[in-house]
Amino acid sequence: MSGIPHDHYEPKSRGEKWLESRLPVIGLLHSTLTIPTPRNLNWMWIWGIVLTFTLALQIVTGIVLVMHYTPHVDMAFASVEHIMRNVNGGHMIRYFHQNGASLFFFAVYMHIFRGLYYGSYKSPREVTWIIGMLIYLLMMGTAFMGYVLPWGQMSFHGTAVITGLFGAIPFVGADLQTWLLGAGSVGQPALNRFFSLHYLLPFIIAGLVIVHIWAFHSTGNNNPTGVEVRRTSKTEAEKDTLPFWPYFVIKDLFALALIMLVFVAIVGFMPNYLGHPDNYIPANPLATPSHIVPEWYFLPFYAILRAFDQDVWLVIFVDWITFGIVDAKFFGVLAMFGAIVVMALAPWLDTSSVRSGRYRPMFKWWFALLVIDFIVLMWVGAMPAEGIYPYIALIASTYWFAYFLVILPLLGVLEKPLTPPASIEEDFKAHYGDAAHGGKAAATPAE
Amino acid sequence: MLRKLTLGTALALGLTTGMANAAAEEVEIIDFDFPFEGPFGSYDTLQLQRGLAIYTQVCASCHGLQYVAYRNLSDPGGPMLPEDQMRAYAEQFEVWDPTLFDGEGDWRPATPADHFGQSSLSNAPDLSLMAKARKGFEGPFGTGISQLINGMGGAEYIASLMVGYHETPDCAPDDMDGAYNAAFAYGAYPEECKDEHGHHLYPGSWIAMSQPLWGDDVEFANGEVNTLESGAEDVAAFLMWAAEPKLNARKQAGLTGVIFLTVLAVLLYLTNKRLWHGVKYGRKD
Repeated sequence: MSGIPHDHYEPKSRGEKWLESRLPVIGLLHSTLTIPTPRNLNWMWIWGIVLTFTLALQIVTGIVLVMHYTPHVDMAFASVEHIMRNVNGGHMIRYFHQNGASLFFFAVYMHIFRGLYYGSYKSPREVTWIIGMLIYLLMMGTAFMGYVLPWGQMSFHGTAVITGLFGAIPFVGADLQTWLLGAGSVGQPALNRFFSLHYLLPFIIAGLVIVHIWAFHSTGNNNPTGVEVRRTSKTEAEKDTLPFWPYFVIKDLFALALIMLVFVAIVGFMPNYLGHPDNYIPANPLATPSHIVPEWYFLPFYAILRAFDQDVWLVIFVDWITFGIVDAKFFGVLAMFGAIVVMALAPWLDTSSVRSGRYRPMFKWWFALLVIDFIVLMWVGAMPAEGIYPYIALIASTYWFAYFLVILPLLGVLEKPLTPPASIEEDFKAHYGDAAHGGKAAATPAE
Repeated sequence: MLRKLTLGTALALGLTTGMANAAAEEVEIIDFDFPFEGPFGSYDTLQLQRGLAIYTQVCASCHGLQYVAYRNLSDPGGPMLPEDQMRAYAEQFEVWDPTLFDGEGDWRPATPADHFGQSSLSNAPDLSLMAKARKGFEGPFGTGISQLINGMGGAEYIASLMVGYHETPDCAPDDMDGAYNAAFAYGAYPEECKDEHGHHLYPGSWIAMSQPLWGDDVEFANGEVNTLESGAEDVAAFLMWAAEPKLNARKQAGLTGVIFLTVLAVLLYLTNKRLWHGVKYGRKD
């Protein structure tokens, strides 16, 4: 599967030969598990395993929850309470699923920002990156529709707000919103279809995850140096890599155990901390909560949505130049989706010849600012749109776009990058000393 | 008993002495100490039983508890009434059974499988989930760190509401409906009690429910302390159990999981260290 030279699976027993000549499934498993992996991967390369595990966790707990859930506007809330009170272990399964969404997004943000720092999106890994972005979009859709299912106050009024975004699209918006909801307003048709899609989309995500893994198994993993594994000979490739099993499996499992430790503590001791109290009130179309706030993982993009209001001169100008077709509401929607689109276009916006941020002295600072910017957006997204908050949101949103559309393209021209090591082997030895001399002397802390 | 006031109160107190610019809709939520707070906290069975008595004799006249079944009163981690007491408790109430009287329906005494009734007043919300549907003490200084450590604390809201009935501020008109309550955010608020920016001068708002607890509301067989504060805490603890009946089991599972995963992580750490040692330092051992 990989383009990196390595040993291939040879069936030995008669049974293996019989199966392998008909369906090379053992060979596929073998090459997936023993794939040559850069030996210098640091601890930011664990999130893929965490994400895969979380997807499985969400699917398994979700399938059990569906066995007891009723997608009906009069019964959905009560059926969730039935799960919490009467189903054996139901409260744990439900809390695992509910908080699993938060774990999923925490891990995916770590995974995405790791990719942004080490240039994992750059050639030849653009397809891996784009598929990753598709997975992220599907995750957001799945999480949103899952949040609707308990049919609490936030479920109901959040649905009205989010589907209202589609209503802001010129000409077709109102019809599109009706089509999405299956009715003129949020009600039984919306609950039914969101339930259906919430069950379907995770399996599409699972399929895309396989394609995502296939893609980077063809190009090989990126690594902290951004230097490619040498492919000229098997000997050289083996100096740069180690087989996935057991080295990275054990390493990833250790990291997974630590993360599950924190996760289980959250589920066991504070399962409602990340939720909103209003969602324990049954949906009531007649009473709108005073603050409709999305879950924390949507807040950065929610902040961008709200940042471009009708007082921003750019919004006023676009409104005027498009004869009012792109009004403030639609501009906000475009900005929110645009924020993800510019991220997806990073492979073509980044002009630097050096892949890893480790060897880019100016990029490092702009990237650090992007991370801070993301956290600021998350914080300001939870604040009411009054006082100083809209200005903070506007500045932070502007930086998000500036990073991808201006800073990344310009840095490739303006910045003088350092010289990356000639090979992964060289980098690895610089950290741990020359293996041939068996010394611990040159060991430096891993990044 | 440790009591801290929230930022809201601090601001409100400041306002009365002439400070301005308090955020609107502040409420006074008190940081009660409940036995079920924190990772190792669990319900106090006797407190839940006292709370049940107060709920039955005071709250239940208007409020429902529709998601809780009578049988739950005997469940582990709850008020743990002995089964005969639980059955006797259920039999005090009548439920409408549509299968009786040849399908025309009739009233019959409740059985353990029946649920508590629904609210009998249209503006009295069901209390089954009230302790999870409201925020508690968000301190210190509105950071929410208290909630991180102690749990969401909706029970603190309920207890604060019970003790939140204060003398009506002088600014309010005499014909104002309802009672002034410093912990209640959802009620009416007179224009006369707002400053020129529309900010509230006093925390809370006016609530339709008249003060339900006064102290000595219920006589306990064993002569337990029975002040307004203790009654407020007891009924809040009972409603926390009603909202989260599996809290004890959940925390136990959490602790088991944490211990198990700690051991697993240590073993995997050692495995990983040994596995990589040869690769990193060139020695196979």
